[in-house]
Amino acid sequence: MFQSILFYWIAFVLVVAALGVISARNPVHSVMFLVLAFVSSAVLWMLLEAEFLAIVLVLVYVGAVMVLFLFVVMMLDINVQRLREGWTRYAPLGIGVALVVILEIAHVVWFKAQGFSMGMAPQPAPADYSNTEALGAVLYTEYVYPLELAAVLLLVAIIAAITLTMRQRPGLKKQNIAKQIAVRAEDRVRLVKMKSEKEQ
Amino acid sequence: MSIGLSHYLLLSAILFSISVAGIFINRKNVIVLLMCIELMLLAVNFNFIAFSHYLGDLSGQIFVFFILTVAAAESAIGLAILILLFRNRASINVEDMDGMRG
Repeated sequence: MFQSILFYWIAFVLVVAALGVISARNPVHSVMFLVLAFVSSAVLWMLLEAEFLAIVLVLVYVGAVMVLFLFVVMMLDINVQRLREGWTRYAPLGIGVALVVILEIAHVVWFKAQGFSMGMAPQPAPADYSNTEALGAVLYTEYVYPLELAAVLLLVAIIAAITLTMRQRPGLKKQNIAKQIAVRAEDRVRLVKMKSEKEQ
Repeated sequence: MSIGLSHYLLLSAILFSISVAGIFINRKNVIVLLMCIELMLLAVNFNFIAFSHYLGDLSGQIFVFFILTVAAAESAIGLAILILLFRNRASINVEDMDGMRG
């Protein structure tokens, strides 16, 4: 009973937050609603006994990715008014497509699948069961190559993000330390032999 | 009525369709489009975790792990491209990105 109340309450918050993401006037508010959506889905993942992923969602997603989003949104000077043009024009189409999608999925999930044998909740895991440990035991044995690939992918993403955003501005004065150290006195001072100039 | 698999699947369907609607509604603002894609990925992850729980198979959670990795990489590169675009065009409006239309 407690789980049902918790599910409906958090699901309500999640849907409201998702609606806020797509309808907020200010992109900063959108990001904040998205943070709320991630946190409430982390709670629901806890209900589904995926504790490790719930924590990862909060730490990595809310802690890193959403902060990156917030950073970019605040850094860019966006003209919100111009971006909101056509809101009313596209809203009916968007809502129509969303309703069709949801009706189709609900038709399959809710009405056709009432006889799912797996519809019933499985037994809750024992108290000494560690989701992280179980996940790690599979991840480092059976899925070790995908794990390495994911690591390479993250490396590629780091390099790509850095090379994309790095720029050399022309006309910028900066030190070249190697040149400074390698300099010799004869490069700097030139002794010129010349006759003394006559007085006028 | 206890919470079954269908509840979670329906919730993720609602989440997915909200983000589909968001892509239609905010089709000019690239940054909100990226956020809608994040929301879609969250809905998909919901399906994976719900099935993983009700089928008693950990593979679903492993998949979510990799999806989170890919989504983080995707948003990092997406935002980098966005910054580059803003630097060159001083705008993130999709309609201003018609340089290759010819």
